[in-house]
Amino acid sequence: MKVNNVILQFTAKIVFFIIFFFAVHIFFAGHYTPGGGFVGGLVTASAIVLLVIAFDLNTVHKLLPINYIYVVAIGLILALGTAAISMFVEQPFFTHFFDYFYLPLFGKTSLHTAALFDLGVYLVVVGVTMTIIQTIGDDE
Amino acid sequence: MNNFLLLPIIIPFFFAMILMFGQKNLKYQRITTILGLIISIICAFALLFNVKENGPQTLTLGSWPAPFGITMVSDMLSALLVLTTLVIAFFIVWYGFGSIGKERERFFYYPGVMFILTGVNGAFTTGDIFNMFVFFEVLLMASYLLIVLGGEKSQLRESIKYILVNVISSALFVITVAYLYSVVGTLNMADISVKIAEINQPGIVTVIAVLFLLVFGMKAAIFPLYFWLPNAYAAPPIPVLALFGALLTKVGVYAIMRTYTLFFTHDLAFTHELLLVLAILTIIAGSIGALAHFDVKQIIIYNIVIAVGVILFGVAQMNEAALEGAVFYLVHDMIIKAALFMLIGIVIYITGTTNLRQMGGLMKNYPALGWFYLIAALGLAGVPPLSGFIGKLLIIQGGFEAGNTWSSIFILASSLVVLLSVIRIFIYAFWGEQGQVSNNINKTTYNIMFYPTVLLVFISILYGVGTEFVVPFIDDAAKLLSDPSIYTDAVLKGGN
Repeated sequence: MKVNNVILQFTAKIVFFIIFFFAVHIFFAGHYTPGGGFVGGLVTASAIVLLVIAFDLNTVHKLLPINYIYVVAIGLILALGTAAISMFVEQPFFTHFFDYFYLPLFGKTSLHTAALFDLGVYLVVVGVTMTIIQTIGDDE
Repeated sequence: MNNFLLLPIIIPFFFAMILMFGQKNLKYQRITTILGLIISIICAFALLFNVKENGPQTLTLGSWPAPFGITMVSDMLSALLVLTTLVIAFFIVWYGFGSIGKERERFFYYPGVMFILTGVNGAFTTGDIFNMFVFFEVLLMASYLLIVLGGEKSQLRESIKYILVNVISSALFVITVAYLYSVVGTLNMADISVKIAEINQPGIVTVIAVLFLLVFGMKAAIFPLYFWLPNAYAAPPIPVLALFGALLTKVGVYAIMRTYTLFFTHDLAFTHELLLVLAILTIIAGSIGALAHFDVKQIIIYNIVIAVGVILFGVAQMNEAALEGAVFYLVHDMIIKAALFMLIGIVIYITGTTNLRQMGGLMKNYPALGWFYLIAALGLAGVPPLSGFIGKLLIIQGGFEAGNTWSSIFILASSLVVLLSVIRIFIYAFWGEQGQVSNNINKTTYNIMFYPTVLLVFISILYGVGTEFVVPFIDDAAKLLSDPSIYTDAVLKGGN
């Protein structure tokens, strides 16, 4: 019997973006409200998993041709690099810096290096979750 | 500002990350690993001399004041252990080029080794009890990878047990830290030490001390908790076994040493008496295992258990001589265990078996290997000019000073059992009729395995012969262990 997943696939296409943007939202909201790199990463991974369920691993791999192990490595390097910035300016390791900037569209914004560290965490979480799911899913 | 003490942790970590790229390129993997290890060894050396000159180095991460941020403390003990760890890892990685096998090398073997070093060095350097838990997990996660890597049947079976035991002991670690936190309200080790001294160690803190002994004893394989170790360590290939045997149990020993000399020093009659009894039982259990087996791997593995007992016996005395001996013996044991595992790895490679009864007559074709094995074996037992002597001497001297005459004599006697167990390998494998010989011995592979082993044995000889040069360093470590105020002052009042 031929299975037709048209409703699931159509919904997944739309819902993917909703989940993804929600993930981006909680990632950036982490400093002042609940959220941050870890949940942001998990929610992003769950959005990709939704695509995997609606389509299949190969299609999703064609859509997002990413080696997730490299994502983990890049995330780790980013986190370590952020922590190491302070070593080069004579401050203890892991000292963070922040300041207020006037950005064109956003106006007065506080930028904090902790966000870069969080981006590292985000990438590691996405990378690890997707590696686990891909590896188990691919297994014959 | 003293970020320097972090370098032996950060450099292996950084190299582990860049090794995750170029997974299939063996040349890149090997060269990068060796390069990373050499840089970290240089940093660890510089750190050691820095600590010698300027006293304990402390750094509280993120510019927070001391009890509130995570403090990293590099005192003499941790600097010595960090250096030893990196040197041993360098030789084991070199040794692994010949014996670990290309399949494993292509599947994140080197990142695994570098992550394990990150965890071990971090656990040695941290000054925060919860951070120590995190570094324990870092090294355990990496060790899970290394123990199962290759996917042989015995590896899969043993890794399940190994992971199960360690998950339980890690959970217990978290619970114990939670108890301690609810009693003293701080996680910084120096601050905990001060707070416990203030409340004069009530009963609940003694209970926590015993729980810590349980947790770290499970990692360090002390008497009733060593059951997982012999089979789990026999499963992975020799370089991984050497890495585990030399480093992992010693992290547990270090943690017991640290907590029992820094935190729980007010009810010695109970906690240290318990440690003493357990140490002796550990030695008995290890001796029985080392004599009972005809499997070369098992004999050396049970010798790990014996050594853990001897070191903890030194810690249990709580006087400067015994603590100095314990530090001496700890460093010696890390080096000599790595060397012995590498030596029997070569023997297993030549004969193709781990069964002593099938070996024999290796002396005829491999005299150098035989003599180096003999030197390492005598060093392990503690024959005077070699490395195991001075540590055990000081431990026993401390034992007599503390009035534990009979148990000290027992430790002395246990050396004979150690000697017997390793000399048995020498007699069976190197003397007698020609036994079984593997039919595909590759000369280059043999050389790659042989040279790092010989260099490590040389280092252990130097450690024994050049005791004079090592003593000032170990002296500092022992002083710091017997007087916790040096440590707490360095952290809380900004020692440097």
